[in-house]
Amino acid sequence: MIRSFHIALKDLKAEFRTKQLLNSMLIFSVLVLVVFSISFGDFLGDSAKVAKLAPGVLWVAFTFAGTLGLSRTFVLENENGCLDALKLCPIDRSAIYTGKVFSNLMLVLITEAVTFPLFIVLFNYSPGHFSLFGFSLILFLGTFGFIVTGTLLSALTLRTRTRELLLPVLLLPVLLPVLIPAVEASSTLLSGGELGDVLSELRLLAGYDLVFFVIAQLVFEYAIQD
Amino acid sequence: MSRNFRKIEAFLGLLTAGVMLFAFYLMFFYLPPMKDEAGEVLNSSFNIFYFHLPIALSSYLAFAILFLCSLFFLWKKASCWDIYARSAAEVGALFAFLVLLTGSIWAKAAWGWYWIWDIRLSTSLVLFLVYLAYLALRQAVEEPEKRARFAAVFGILGFVSVPMSFFSIRLWRSAHPLMFGQNLGASGKGGGLEGSALKLTLLVNSLAIFLLFASLFILKTQNESLQEKLEEKNARQFDE
Repeated sequence: MIRSFHIALKDLKAEFRTKQLLNSMLIFSVLVLVVFSISFGDFLGDSAKVAKLAPGVLWVAFTFAGTLGLSRTFVLENENGCLDALKLCPIDRSAIYTGKVFSNLMLVLITEAVTFPLFIVLFNYSPGHFSLFGFSLILFLGTFGFIVTGTLLSALTLRTRTRELLLPVLLLPVLLPVLIPAVEASSTLLSGGELGDVLSELRLLAGYDLVFFVIAQLVFEYAIQD
Repeated sequence: MSRNFRKIEAFLGLLTAGVMLFAFYLMFFYLPPMKDEAGEVLNSSFNIFYFHLPIALSSYLAFAILFLCSLFFLWKKASCWDIYARSAAEVGALFAFLVLLTGSIWAKAAWGWYWIWDIRLSTSLVLFLVYLAYLALRQAVEEPEKRARFAAVFGILGFVSVPMSFFSIRLWRSAHPLMFGQNLGASGKGGGLEGSALKLTLLVNSLAIFLLFASLFILKTQNESLQEKLEEKNARQFDE
């Protein structure tokens, strides 16, 4: 576990030196929000419609920006044979995976933390009218599920011919069980629901996170073998 | 050995054709016309159900085969499991598409919509999409061993995600009012599958579709192993 943190720390340190990835993820997710906000411009005053549409938009922005980040995680390691060096480390292969999950999770959570206030502004929500704790919980669980699957698939697509193109194609169908409950729960919470109203969504998200984390730990070795 | 397989293939093909013809006969000539509670004769759009259900079952069966073969491949590393897995995926993708097609044709006639976001419809769609992603992954990797391994990993992941999608979609739908009320449950069980004529037709149709699935699967398996042999031979010649 400590070793995974070391790997995550190394990744984050490398990322914060240039901030290339983080910046493009941030700008991209903001752009997605802006584009949707422009195209919904006519009825942004109608709060009933906004309440139905906006959570989907938010998750679209997060998913796309996250996919952007995921597609780069292992590409960096591919240069100068870093991945081989990582594999030579006297650690379990799954520790590499866990480390990558942590670093990706951090990056995406930072992106979300910056994008979310903008989302509130653009879609005219009033802060304080919804439970921030509940929403953060949903956000975390949804993002974790997304990263867990995405990191594994990112390792899988590393050796394919069209890696950046293939990742979303593989990721999105498998991700459906995360996106639906996450969007539903966000919608309920943002329109003033309590945490108790989204218990079944929470359970589903937590179940997905757990199941896929375990499976990914088990099969990750096969995804990075030579 | 290959000659034996030829015979089995030919036999299965003929058997499938025969049973299929018999199923057609039952469906179009033998079945009594459908009537509703008031005794009015309904249009025959329901007949497509006799295809639809067995095809759907076969597509899920293919998915289970894909999952098991992926597991066995990662465990045993024998290329025959990969051949089974990819054959199941291709035939399964075809069947999953047919499920959506027959279902939509029926839904247009019965509900007036080709598509609604019902649990079963959406789950079948997810199944089809996972199949497509699986095949896309296979196409994108060149080395056979790596391709088999990656595909197996994705096969396992995809198999787990489909039931989860089912649960999440159920959650999603139950959060909304149902547009069609009880109609959504009309997979045929409510309408009237009582009566031996209907049951017989369904049974023969199921047999026909399962046989079709089996013969396509075996053909595909044979095809793939021949291809593998050919590639090996070519590679060896190239080495020399």
